[in-house]
Amino acid sequence: MKKRLGSSLTSEKGKDSWLLSIYKKDGTKAVISSLLCIISGILVGWLVLVILALTSEKIPLYDSFRGLGIILAGPFASGGSRNIAFVFGDMLFEAAPLLMTGLSVAIAFKTGLFNIGAPGQYLMGAMGSVIVALSIPTTPQTAFWVWLLALLVGMICGMIWGLIPGFFKAFLNVNEVIVCIMTNWIAANIVSWVFANHKQFINTAGGKTAYTLPTTANGVSTPRLGLDKLFPGSNIDIGIFIAIVIAAGIFVLMNKTTLGYELKACGYNRNAAKYAGMNEKRNIMLSMAIAGGLAAIGASLYYLNGGAELAWNTYGRLPDTGFNGIPVALLASNNPLGVIFSSVFLRFIDKGGYNLAGFTAYNEYVSDLIIAVIIYFASFSQLIKEMLSRRRAVKAIEKTDTKDKSEDEEEENK
Amino acid sequence: MTFLIQQTLIYTIPLMIVALAGVFAERSGIINIALDGMMIFGSFMGALSVHFMQNNNILIDKPQVMFIIAMAIAAIFGALFSLLLSFSAINLKADQTIGGTALNMLAPAATLLIVKIVSMQDRLAMPKPLNFVVFNPDIGNAFKPFFDKMFISTYIVIALFIILSILLYKTKYGLRLRACGEHPQAADSVGINVYKMRYLGTTISGALAGMGGYIYIATTASGTAEGTVAGMGFLALAIMIFGNWKPIGIALGSLLFGLLKCIGATYASLDINGDGVFFLKDLGLPIYFYNIIPYVVVLLILAFASGKSRAPKAEGIPYDKGQR
Repeated sequence: MKKRLGSSLTSEKGKDSWLLSIYKKDGTKAVISSLLCIISGILVGWLVLVILALTSEKIPLYDSFRGLGIILAGPFASGGSRNIAFVFGDMLFEAAPLLMTGLSVAIAFKTGLFNIGAPGQYLMGAMGSVIVALSIPTTPQTAFWVWLLALLVGMICGMIWGLIPGFFKAFLNVNEVIVCIMTNWIAANIVSWVFANHKQFINTAGGKTAYTLPTTANGVSTPRLGLDKLFPGSNIDIGIFIAIVIAAGIFVLMNKTTLGYELKACGYNRNAAKYAGMNEKRNIMLSMAIAGGLAAIGASLYYLNGGAELAWNTYGRLPDTGFNGIPVALLASNNPLGVIFSSVFLRFIDKGGYNLAGFTAYNEYVSDLIIAVIIYFASFSQLIKEMLSRRRAVKAIEKTDTKDKSEDEEEENK
Repeated sequence: MTFLIQQTLIYTIPLMIVALAGVFAERSGIINIALDGMMIFGSFMGALSVHFMQNNNILIDKPQVMFIIAMAIAAIFGALFSLLLSFSAINLKADQTIGGTALNMLAPAATLLIVKIVSMQDRLAMPKPLNFVVFNPDIGNAFKPFFDKMFISTYIVIALFIILSILLYKTKYGLRLRACGEHPQAADSVGINVYKMRYLGTTISGALAGMGGYIYIATTASGTAEGTVAGMGFLALAIMIFGNWKPIGIALGSLLFGLLKCIGATYASLDINGDGVFFLKDLGLPIYFYNIIPYVVVLLILAFASGKSRAPKAEGIPYDKGQR
């Protein structure tokens, strides 16, 4: 591309080819196709709103237009600046665990594994963190170190839980999907079992027993650094920034280090990686351990906040945040940096859905529907990308017709 | 003993039919991770039809007919829902895992969206209690475990299971379907329409999964649609892999899993030989222990039986005519 820029000196053409060079990048195409998916998903969601309004006498047609606006405004449609600040802060707070589970799924996808075990890893992380945060007595000076320890223990619990499917896959060649599904339910039961036997962690205030104590009961909570002043009333802490830093770290790990290269190589072709002298068994286990650790950090960030309480008797139900990591990763085309945006976007639409339920006769499941449709469109994003490339090729051919052919153009047409 | 068999079948029957649903899709070359979503959507449409029939006093005195109609409606809508997957996977050559995940999210979202508008809450409860159980108290003791207090769905599922297994293995259609999952290019070269076969496989899959979904909520949750089937679709997927994509393996796997799951659900009141001694309850282990057992046993069996497992070769790969 550089050669081409140099050869065409006229500013008009140079500018065009610079734009073209951005357009040509795979990343740009991924972003464009994701945006197309999002727009189509929202349109389908709006269509559903219109159909519901036409079929149900409870809903006026006007509400379908208003409803679309409310969803698209996300937290900003919460009414009143105080409410907006509070909902916006909560949105960022809740985006952090989603970002981490999305990152977990994305890493596994990049290395050729489908980590549907994020809910189990998430639960194990939550258990590890909550137990450490509640059982070590703290003073105001040591609280931070206990918090850090809780975070690390949560991560290690998740890593161990991720290692199980990794081990089965690497050494016994058992499909990781089935092991992940089994370990999810095992984790859900272990967490319930542990808390059922250790009543000291359970919040019995007001006669309820369904939740564990908030970690603030022991003085442990994620630093807020004044963010709660910026978004009064919300649970926001620095968790979202920690998550973003981790995402950036994972991006560097996967794209700039030998280890990342090896992990990806095993994902593309396990046998080729083995042939090239890589330890493919170790790499598969490592990928799953990293994925497990990431999902677990998500849980730790959520439950160490101090405002969130863990519904411990979880044996009949797996956490949604774990499963929602899958759409987050898919929407971001498994790019660690893209996950930052897709997780916030999902929470944004989510908040819009709750506002929709508050202001109109529709309910919050509209936002889930929109996200599902977006993911459905994302499943053929490859086709969209190909169509984008084809359009680019057509444009390039038109160009060569008007200007004299240069070899660069020929190359591009390939 | 009677109680144990009946409780086991309650878990086994939906697992069996939904795992077979998975086989039909995957043997034709389409990864069907959306079994859970198809179950949810089918169960919702079945529940909605029963809701409608009960409200309008249709077939109120013929509960068995009502149940069969609800199962048929669940199957039809499960099949229609599965067309979303076939269309993206076959015509648009989409990533099947992503498409399936989308369907898994779409089903509960669409279900709950409508349920909440219809009933103003997150669940669609039936206006009248369901009475689908068939009583046959006069039958001899030897037949009692199999014919008294049973659901008609049990027999339908077993019959369907046998018929479809024969279809898959003993007829030319079954052979063609399986060929499309193993080597679609070879199948195409002898004149089999791969697209059509894959559509067929996925549609059968959707119908069976939808039906299984309604059977599950009708037999365990008194027909209440809540936009979830407690992960049964994923379990069925696991049973399918466990059974090595073969009907016999699936039948055994779902029986084993159903038995272990039933012990977990009923251990406190389980009196195996009828002598008034509640052996399992007296052990004093918590419910969580019994809940974990089925999953651990499946994992252990997989660990020991590994190496023999073999997925259909071409599953998950979109078929492109131009490709060699």
